[in-house]
Amino acid sequence: MNRKVIVVGGGLAGLMSTIQLAERGQKVDLFSLVPCKRSHSVCAQGGINAAVNTKGEGDSTWEHFDDTIYGGDFLANQPPVKAMIEAAPKIIYLMDRMGVTFNRTPEGFLDVRRLGGAKYSRTVFAGATTGQQLIYALDEQVRRYEDAGLVQRYEEWEFLSLVLDNEGRCRGITVQSLTSLEIEAFAADAVILATGGPGMIFGRSTNSTINTGFAAASAFMQGATYANGEFIQIHPSAIPGRDKLRLMSESIRGEGGRVWVYKDGKPWYFLEEWYPAYGNMVPRDIATRAIFKVCVDLKLGIGGENKVYLDISHLDPHEIDRKLAGVVDIYEKFVGDDPRKVPMQTFPAVHYSMGGLWVDYDQMTNIPGLFAAGECEYQYHGANRLGGNSLVAAIYAGMVAGPKALEYVKGLAKSHSDLPVGLFDEAKAKEEAKKTAIFALQGKENPYRLHQELGNWMLENVTIVRYNDRLRKTDEKIQELMERYQNIGVGSGAAWGNQVVPFTRRLWGMLTLARVITLGALRRDESRGAHYKPDFPERDDENWLKTTKAEYSANDILFSYEPVDISYIKPRKRRYDVAKEVTMQNEQ
Amino acid sequence: MSNETPKEVALLIKRCPNPQATAYWEEFKVPYYPKMNVVSALMEIQKNPINARGESATPVAWDCNCLEEVCGACTMLINGRVRQACSTLVDMLSQPIRLAPLSKFSLVRDLVVDRQVMFTNLRKVKAWIEIDGTYDMGPGPNISQKVQEQAYELSKCMTCGSCLEVCPNVNSKSKFIGPAAIAQVELMNSHPIGAQQKEARLQALMGEGGIAECGNAQNCVKACPKNIPLTRSIARLNRATTVQGLKNWLNR
Repeated sequence: MNRKVIVVGGGLAGLMSTIQLAERGQKVDLFSLVPCKRSHSVCAQGGINAAVNTKGEGDSTWEHFDDTIYGGDFLANQPPVKAMIEAAPKIIYLMDRMGVTFNRTPEGFLDVRRLGGAKYSRTVFAGATTGQQLIYALDEQVRRYEDAGLVQRYEEWEFLSLVLDNEGRCRGITVQSLTSLEIEAFAADAVILATGGPGMIFGRSTNSTINTGFAAASAFMQGATYANGEFIQIHPSAIPGRDKLRLMSESIRGEGGRVWVYKDGKPWYFLEEWYPAYGNMVPRDIATRAIFKVCVDLKLGIGGENKVYLDISHLDPHEIDRKLAGVVDIYEKFVGDDPRKVPMQTFPAVHYSMGGLWVDYDQMTNIPGLFAAGECEYQYHGANRLGGNSLVAAIYAGMVAGPKALEYVKGLAKSHSDLPVGLFDEAKAKEEAKKTAIFALQGKENPYRLHQELGNWMLENVTIVRYNDRLRKTDEKIQELMERYQNIGVGSGAAWGNQVVPFTRRLWGMLTLARVITLGALRRDESRGAHYKPDFPERDDENWLKTTKAEYSANDILFSYEPVDISYIKPRKRRYDVAKEVTMQNEQ
Repeated sequence: MSNETPKEVALLIKRCPNPQATAYWEEFKVPYYPKMNVVSALMEIQKNPINARGESATPVAWDCNCLEEVCGACTMLINGRVRQACSTLVDMLSQPIRLAPLSKFSLVRDLVVDRQVMFTNLRKVKAWIEIDGTYDMGPGPNISQKVQEQAYELSKCMTCGSCLEVCPNVNSKSKFIGPAAIAQVELMNSHPIGAQQKEARLQALMGEGGIAECGNAQNCVKACPKNIPLTRSIARLNRATTVQGLKNWLNR
């Protein structure tokens, strides 16, 4: 039987899915918004977690699993997380064989460092550009399969929509060339979306400009369930820019960086004082809220702004160059100070979405034949992601999605080539009509300014601290922006290389997902992981130990909830002022 | 000091709607902000596409993505020099800031060019490591800190095209693959597993458009935003291909 699988997304998850399929002899069409090597995975800095225990600290996969579940405030289904953690060391060894230039111990073994929420050194790294090195290795392997004729790449093509057959199965996609703006439909027997996160919804974040979440939003509007959308990670350290907020990796703290502000004329290491057991190595949600408290409530931020010092000036400059070069370079280039000599000034920024498309343990969404892997799905991080777990989750999800998609395809009674051509013609015609409609928008609103307005509202009201009245107002604002969207002007009609029309299309997706995030946050009256409401400051397992599921129905968003699988570790109170063992004793 | 702060930034941008059209220069003025980069200036044009003469203009097309100089997308000519628009700060530039597309690649629109040829070149030189498969084979090879540190320098190449742009031997009449792909051969050949396919990559470098076309102008190493020791790689591979050539001759 003639079988075809489509992978959308050329980051870590998409490339690993592609490799898994090609390795099994399956032909793949791989679509990516940008040349794969330029995908957002390149921005990951600090490293990738695996209990390789090369420092004799006695780390184990169980400790890594427990830290991940505890760090995620018990919202993640435990079986897939456990499987990922157990696969993690093997993933590192595989990436090492592929030639990733991981830092080494003096004896030549894999070096490891600490990241937040862990007491062990389990983060393997390649300088401070680990994501870049990992994606290059996977891109090279895909190139090898391309050379062997198993993979056909379509770079600078954008996913538009799913093609669904009359049984509701996913049978292909429509895409648009970002050069000519031509639209095509591609048939397949299964589709894997690996399209990354939606950080651009918040205007400026640590995310790349392609991270609009449009593909996930589009699948959502065609019936895919979106889970835990309200869980958005705010990273404690970034540097401001008008175009983006540049990440200053958690590995800076992992290598000994200290966070402080002046209090009574003296440096005050507030994380070390408040969280003696973990100090500067608390997880991101904890560090971000502490910084918020210091800057907003206590008004002790640098120069009255929401900024704190992140200090590595006491560290050995040679070690900084060996282990943190990439990120120190970014600071020097954009701020102009040398962090080896002067403490950096950083502040929190939107970084990662724990939520995403709902998937089962085989990475399949609720739409048969549609799989999702990487940041665009929700499965591995619960309510807060630990530093170093995103890279392992993206690669692992690809290792599951590829083989599971193939298994699904082999079980199909009909091949995509048996389907009526009309199915694909119709899907294409629908997208052509949408394109024409966007070109016809000649009103007064500028899509980039509408986007900025959306970002400002989301940043102000749907990030570190959330209040129900402000969430309600934000949803009203988003709906107002959706009305004003109809009055956008896209300018001249030339299609070739046009960037305004594709951006305008993505903006609708961003507005839709912004509602999913905001309404999900509004409904969840508790505080858990990255989601914090001062009016409901405690975690409420009785009512809210549940996965949020959003569905799109006739331009409205419907919510339902499903229980979390906690079959391995019983939920316990999460606190970082004391060692984890103490929290376990308290439970007994 | 405050009265010296400029209020506006002047940009002179080379515009061209498609590869068949004739290029022209258009001036824009955008608001100035401290420490702003060239990308922020271009984003201001998106939000207000009006040129310096007050006429409405088509928004300028340009490539960008990571905005922190790790993806390579926003490479262009800024005041005649090849740079990334994200890491180039306006304060460091004389105005009007002249923006033009890379000249060694085929134009798409305005500042956007097609750099697929660089990926094709990576394929030509087999820039990958031939592992048996992705199944679990236990830990990889032991590698010394010294080898890792040299490899890491090479592995930072973001395929931005800066080195090709400044190389006199990369031009419309030549098939030279350019310095970036050559350095990747050194990277792959220095890896214990990659070294097993060393000969195949050297043979590829000895073919048409290969290392022999390097004219040793040494512009590449100066233009590389990641300070990759490109000329060192070229010198090393020159020796290696010579030895390989000798082996080929002896084994005839």
